[in-house]
Amino acid sequence: MLSKIVRTVANQLILFILIFGLYVIAHGHLTPGGGFQGGAVIVSGVVMLIVAFGSKELKKSLREHVLSVMESSGALMFIILAFIGIGTVFFYNLLVGTPIFGRIPPDGPNPGDFWTGGVVPLMNLAVGLKVVAGLSAVVLAMALFSSGEEVEE
Amino acid sequence: MRRVVGLIVWLVLVAFLVLGVLLIHPFGYPPSQMDDYIIENAQEETGNNNVVASVVFDYRGYDTLGEATILFTAVTGVLLLLRTLKRREEGS
Repeated sequence: MLSKIVRTVANQLILFILIFGLYVIAHGHLTPGGGFQGGAVIVSGVVMLIVAFGSKELKKSLREHVLSVMESSGALMFIILAFIGIGTVFFYNLLVGTPIFGRIPPDGPNPGDFWTGGVVPLMNLAVGLKVVAGLSAVVLAMALFSSGEEVEE
Repeated sequence: MRRVVGLIVWLVLVAFLVLGVLLIHPFGYPPSQMDDYIIENAQEETGNNNVVASVVFDYRGYDTLGEATILFTAVTGVLLLLRTLKRREEGS
């Protein structure tokens, strides 16, 4: 555990890092970024918390079985979304033209409408969930292992 | 004997890689129609402003599925390995 100054600053910063990561995930179909990148941003916040508070403290709030359930559900969501379009072809974008994320943007540069993209925003969300949970579990397990703590079953 | 075999395998591998570098296509040739098609049609077909996202999650979805599987396998492997090492240390 580091000094009180570092802990306070990390406590304040984690909110902004979370908001930025969620923004990158949610706007993956409009701006550069997406599930993988936004998930990595959020995991960098988790690493900052591990550095500031120590892995023993973080183990109390980040349960490993919750993380593995999150990761598995993200993977499952991704595959189910891929199977939605199986009537035409695997990974067919069925939601284009429907009320859910189905609007079609004008051709060329435009300000961007959030409700576009078909299944792509939902897939970004699934992949983001998966990356956040998986990489957090890996980082936490490595930190616990190197500090000699027990990795939780 | 092992050194000779290793040297031969190494030479064959290096020759293969050098030949691969020398015989590669010039940059941008032959011109492909796929990139033009995606740039022209991605917005109206998938509704994404971010064409990269539409390629990653729609046109080339299989590739992303493989990436997600690699991530899943890596996480599973790391957790499995660290747990086993921990237990063996305790046991000895």
